[in-house]
Amino acid sequence: MAEGKLFGTDYIPPDLVAKVTGKARYAEDFRAEGMLFTKLLLSQMPHARVRNIDYREALAMEGVMGIITADDLPETDNLVGSDRALTMEPMYQGEPILAVAAVDEAIAAAAIEKIKVDYEPLPFVIDPLDSLRPGGPSARVGGNTVVDRKEVVEIKWTAQDFEDAGDAMPMGQPEVEWEVGDVAQGLEEADLVLDETLYHQSQTHHPLETRSCMAYWQNDKLYIHPSTQSTQRTAGAVARGVGIDPTQVVLVAEYCGGGFGSKIGGTVNMPIAALLSKKTGRPVMHRVSREEENAYGRARPGFQGRVKIGFKSDGRITAIDLYLIQDNGGYGRSGDFTSASRCASLNYTPLNMRFRGISVLTNTPTRAAQRAPGGVQITAMLEPVIDNAAKELGLDQIEIRKINAPDNDTTYGSNEHHVTSAYVREALDKAAEVSNWAELKAQSGQTNGSKVTGVGIGLSSYVAGSRGFDGLMVIRTDGKLYVHQGVGNLGTHSVFGTARVACDHLGISWENTEVVWGNTSKHLPHSAVQAGSQTTHAHTRANLAAAIDMEKKLKEVAARTLGGSADSYVVAGERVYRRGNRGSGLSLAQAAEKAIELGGKFDGHEAPEDINDWTKGAVAGLAGQGLVGVAKDNYGGEGDLWSFVVGVAKVEVDRETGAVELQHYTAVADTGTVMNPRGLAAQIHGGGVQGFGLARSQKWVYDPKWGVPFTQRLYTAKPPSILDVPLDMRAGTADLPDPQNPVGSKGIGEAPFGAGVAAVLCAIQDAIGEFELKRSPMTTDLILNQLEGAPQPITVLATDV
Amino acid sequence: MAVIRDSIPEFELFQPASIDDALALKRRYGKTSWAFAGGLDSLDWFKDRIKRPDVVIDLSAVEAMRGIRDVDDGIEMGAMTTLTEVAEHAGILARFGLLADAASKVATPQIRNQGTIGGNVTQDTRCWYYRGGWPCYRAGGNICYADTPTSINREHALFEANRCVAVNPSDTAPALVALDAKFVIMGGSGEKVVDAEDYFITPATDIMRMTILEPGELLTSIRIPGTWAGARFYFEKVRDRQAWDFPLVNIASAMKVYGDTIEDVRLVVNAVGPRPLRLTDVERSLKGQSVTADVGKAAGELALLGARPLQHNAYKMPLMRNLVKRAIAGAGA
Repeated sequence: MAEGKLFGTDYIPPDLVAKVTGKARYAEDFRAEGMLFTKLLLSQMPHARVRNIDYREALAMEGVMGIITADDLPETDNLVGSDRALTMEPMYQGEPILAVAAVDEAIAAAAIEKIKVDYEPLPFVIDPLDSLRPGGPSARVGGNTVVDRKEVVEIKWTAQDFEDAGDAMPMGQPEVEWEVGDVAQGLEEADLVLDETLYHQSQTHHPLETRSCMAYWQNDKLYIHPSTQSTQRTAGAVARGVGIDPTQVVLVAEYCGGGFGSKIGGTVNMPIAALLSKKTGRPVMHRVSREEENAYGRARPGFQGRVKIGFKSDGRITAIDLYLIQDNGGYGRSGDFTSASRCASLNYTPLNMRFRGISVLTNTPTRAAQRAPGGVQITAMLEPVIDNAAKELGLDQIEIRKINAPDNDTTYGSNEHHVTSAYVREALDKAAEVSNWAELKAQSGQTNGSKVTGVGIGLSSYVAGSRGFDGLMVIRTDGKLYVHQGVGNLGTHSVFGTARVACDHLGISWENTEVVWGNTSKHLPHSAVQAGSQTTHAHTRANLAAAIDMEKKLKEVAARTLGGSADSYVVAGERVYRRGNRGSGLSLAQAAEKAIELGGKFDGHEAPEDINDWTKGAVAGLAGQGLVGVAKDNYGGEGDLWSFVVGVAKVEVDRETGAVELQHYTAVADTGTVMNPRGLAAQIHGGGVQGFGLARSQKWVYDPKWGVPFTQRLYTAKPPSILDVPLDMRAGTADLPDPQNPVGSKGIGEAPFGAGVAAVLCAIQDAIGEFELKRSPMTTDLILNQLEGAPQPITVLATDV
Repeated sequence: MAVIRDSIPEFELFQPASIDDALALKRRYGKTSWAFAGGLDSLDWFKDRIKRPDVVIDLSAVEAMRGIRDVDDGIEMGAMTTLTEVAEHAGILARFGLLADAASKVATPQIRNQGTIGGNVTQDTRCWYYRGGWPCYRAGGNICYADTPTSINREHALFEANRCVAVNPSDTAPALVALDAKFVIMGGSGEKVVDAEDYFITPATDIMRMTILEPGELLTSIRIPGTWAGARFYFEKVRDRQAWDFPLVNIASAMKVYGDTIEDVRLVVNAVGPRPLRLTDVERSLKGQSVTADVGKAAGELALLGARPLQHNAYKMPLMRNLVKRAIAGAGA
């Protein structure tokens, strides 16, 4: 492989001009002849059965063209595992019941107001602990937990469980439990044991682009423009939601204005535009409003938690005994709480660990992955506790993390899995260097008038890759390399960055490379979802594999054309030629023409056996258009892929107002070989900024009596603003290659978020003293009450306030 | 009737070019009409289909309601002057920096470019029960959803609650009260001029309104007399995030200090009650006192007399106390 030409350098991504000039077309920018608009009727109740809907008056209105309800969706025998586009038993306030298509949105909205819905109110619950109390309400008819994504089961704890806990979190019968080693023994051997009750809120994703969708049908094919993170993998979700075969779907989505895990395989509402279009025979646009985005747009599950952590006097963690209650929303169980247990196990490598957890149904929006699902919550909850132990034991915040840090030999979690690499100590050292930690630390506790300085570290981990996907590329007769990418363009630019592996391997310039993306009719390979921080790892490998196939075929084409053995040819300088005689060879354009003449495997008339069927279809679609390089990532590997981020924050807290000014933030990643330095800095800073919001201002609030939300607008939810971001932001990386990726890279989308929340929380705690309420966000009112010695208005376990 | 939000229903739009024409439209359409300034408050209401006027009178074409001019020894601002213009006006910066400071703390640059000084002082409360369309007292119902044992009322009132516990969220209003501004109102009976302080009302006067403005009237301009020009000013706004946020509490003060002695002072706190709260008892106690942290602290304690916190908003008491202290003695004293 040609070393270091493009990979690892900054570049201008091909979508940049379209984005900054506003020419990029997002879902709601599309238009089609005769297009209708749809508006939805959302449940006003947190839990109800819809007994009857009378929409006669609406349907009779001039301009109203069609109405669909849950009856129009494909049949299902499982209404529990996941939600559908429309329902007759809304599980939360805001769940869609019906959709109206009309010639414009004003008429559609007016039509909604003419509809009479007869609701039978059902019991509802917002706080998981309320649901676990003896006789407490259950979110679903039949129970408050879901097993195996299909069976509803009721679990109630005993009065004794609650009584025993006092002010701490009660710990009754769990749903999930594992233990590695002997936690009781580990706690016994500890010099310091902390027993803490903790809380992390649920939180909406708040993508800038809401999940709008436009759809129409042509020749029995569905053309759909959703807002989605992935591309190739979203087509299947569309097909399932609409009840058709994936080959009938043409999905066009070149841009996505943020998803953060809420649009991995598209969105729950995609079938609405598609089915209304089918019913009315006209294209249908579904523009999703901000309030709707906050209703059916997914959310991160909140946790109520209790942890016992044992430390030796040198800081080594002897045991973690963790119990998490997950606020699950109304459908199938989210994986956050089990992911959280793995993150805790990996970040601190406790000598013994027990995890217990239960995921309780609530009548709040459907949960889904949100950037480091489970990881953010547990990092925000545990990192301030680690700092308290460091203080008690007289240890530096970085030192206590280093002594417990994972490395390449670490095993973690219930199954004691290995990781491919973990250069956490190196990242901690680098973070100390980049942030100038010694100087920051010296400022801890310094006062300036009413203000006091605090500093904090946040160590965060998250999964960072997958294996076994396909790479597909073509050299066409114009002499250019076309890299076909089935991943999405989420703004991380891995869709472009991973293509550069092929350029480097083949010695083809970026100017002579076109990335083909965002449209399933353009013959895209089977790809990782644009999620789980998978694509950088998965598709550097897949594109390297395809580029190697391309190189081999270029040499074979040259040998067949010019004679000699394939081995006597080299590929370099955008030619294939006899070693030592650049004049005796073929240009890429000539090689493409020869490949078409030769046919077979060279121009895509034959495809390798081991690639995915979807990729085989794409290869067949490209047949005859040039020289095709296609291969599956067969590099294999052992262990799980994880990346790590260390955040370093400095704050100044005003003791008279509770106001916090974040003055410095450094983020340093262990993410293997760096693919795109500028993109990496954007990822680790961007994730950090999301973290600043969860640490300080961003809220998810429900009225507990009525079960309705208040934070459906950006001005009430309060994600961080640019003025909450410090001017002094630094980035760094451990820059050590992952030994199992031939390209050395790991993903980095997720780990930055938790580091941001935790570093800021730890810095605030450093400034004001141990948190009375170990919860986030640590808002101005809670800080001021603590500084004043005034009672707090809420308990540590209070949800949704 | 099913409820739908985030979608503006139809209305008839008028864009008069003069105050007379605007008032004529107000007279003709009465309570079914809505005066529209910058739209930041209005459009939220319209989008949620909760306030549904048949007629919207957009005042943006009324030139006579725009701009800042010198009058007598003070200045006059048309009610449609944008918050950016107020924050950046050289004369205001030089003589009434308190107002420029307050205006510059409103929301975001985009909102300040569109939002007007008249709109900022006349805006409705942001109580999320009321804004969510709950049929509360302020909406004509007979309950306050924000004042029950389970209500979420962290942003609500400490003072002057009367059935309704909502607060006035304006940043410029307390500054204008501190500057003893005069609000010019035009209506059927011609022009009337009221003290800024008297423009704002509590639920005891009318639970469905925040100001004295009657349906047939318009706030056309705001005058600031020279009385407090160049005084010692203090404005501070505490909020959850540093842009696009209403105050948890804000304070505006104007002080005349000779040597070290407070000769006269006006102190106004907002977001703690239904109107900007002028602390007249505190002002009285301060006259003749010296500018020290101790005096500031005592003033802060006095300011809290009569405060009645709800479940979630008791933090506003130390916050307000400390802001009063800082207004007197400066931050960090």
